[in-house]
Amino acid sequence: MVTIMNEIWTLVKKEVLLELRLKYALSGMLLYLVSTIFLGYITFSLGKASLNIPTWNVLFWIIMLFVATSSIAKSFIQESKEQLLYYYTIANPQSIIISKIIFNGILMLFLVLTGFIIYILLLGNPVQDIPLFIFNLLLGAIGFSASFTMISSIASKASNSGILMAILGFPIIIPMLLLLIKVSKNAIEGLDRTTAYDEILTLSAIIIIAITTSIILFPYLWRSN
Amino acid sequence: MIYGFLIEVPHLPILNETVRNLFFHVAIWFAMFILLIVSVVYSIKYLKTSNVKMDIIASEFATMGIVFGLLGITTGSVWARFTWGDWWVNDPKLNATTIALLIYMAYFVLRSSIEDAQQKGRISAVYNIFAFAAAVPLIFILPRLTDSLHPGNGGNPGFSSYDLDNNLRTVFYPAVIGWTLLGVWFANLRIRIKKLSLVVDEYQLN
Repeated sequence: MVTIMNEIWTLVKKEVLLELRLKYALSGMLLYLVSTIFLGYITFSLGKASLNIPTWNVLFWIIMLFVATSSIAKSFIQESKEQLLYYYTIANPQSIIISKIIFNGILMLFLVLTGFIIYILLLGNPVQDIPLFIFNLLLGAIGFSASFTMISSIASKASNSGILMAILGFPIIIPMLLLLIKVSKNAIEGLDRTTAYDEILTLSAIIIIAITTSIILFPYLWRSN
Repeated sequence: MIYGFLIEVPHLPILNETVRNLFFHVAIWFAMFILLIVSVVYSIKYLKTSNVKMDIIASEFATMGIVFGLLGITTGSVWARFTWGDWWVNDPKLNATTIALLIYMAYFVLRSSIEDAQQKGRISAVYNIFAFAAAVPLIFILPRLTDSLHPGNGGNPGFSSYDLDNNLRTVFYPAVIGWTLLGVWFANLRIRIKKLSLVVDEYQLN
């Protein structure tokens, strides 16, 4: 148990170091985020039509969805076969997938929070219950990373993995996205927190299911190169 | 099947004769879920044994599941036209089944994008199980949390509570079994063709 914990810790550290050293990856994602949000800002201010609140909410989550797909997609796809082969010889499959999920969770949390700040700067802030909204962002970051990490490892095994990532991932993420939008709608309108309780519970259940199935299934996938 | 067109049905307001669609629409959904569950079971078996035949069975049952899903949507659409007044309504159950169909179509795109048979089997089996575990329970749970136009959801009573009288039951349960067996039979035909072509391939290789 301790050795697995150590292994996970080392692997997460390795991922973070790699990300910090290859600055282009992180700065690329940030630029992607900024330009998408700016695109939303420009196109919506073009017709002088103000963004109403439901649209604000949905647009935010759609942008986050696309950022998540493209940033998590690279977690397995960017690595060369030799690199993966090397990991297989030194680590457990479980610790590889867990460390990837943790790292993608941290990365997504960073991107989602930065995205939120840029988004409210450009498109205004109608959110009334900010702590709940940020808690929801946290759930969203973990949820995206839990579902998309496994999808990314599946897609990386096939050819044209970029398209596969989207078509395999989107149907699976839809229920989660619906729940996230519902909770953030509650946060925006500043409703009583107990009303979002059901959704948060279901959301956590989905995340736990996604993580456990990833851990169970990844060992069958990892050596098939 | 013929009996389904002929028996006396309770004439309820709105539903009228369309209640006969119960034998098609509802029975097809039941059959679809049974077929998809069989597919997932064989995917798990494939991961355990790495036997190509298991993969063939899993994929063919998923194909039949999609066919039944499309049939279910078509019959449901016709039924919706006459009871709710429109071909397609924004209903959580409809959305959920659309998601399920998208997932299984993605499953086939994934299959077609991998060349190697062993690898194809393993990767698509992993996706099949992952998708089933992550999304299919939600199709049952989410519509029950929100309002739906379907009976048994959001304050609408289920069929069984007042109008599924015993005459309907005598056709409905055999209809479920019949549609399922029909699906199994079709799937079996396709599985046998695939197995034979596998044998032929091996023969030619030798």
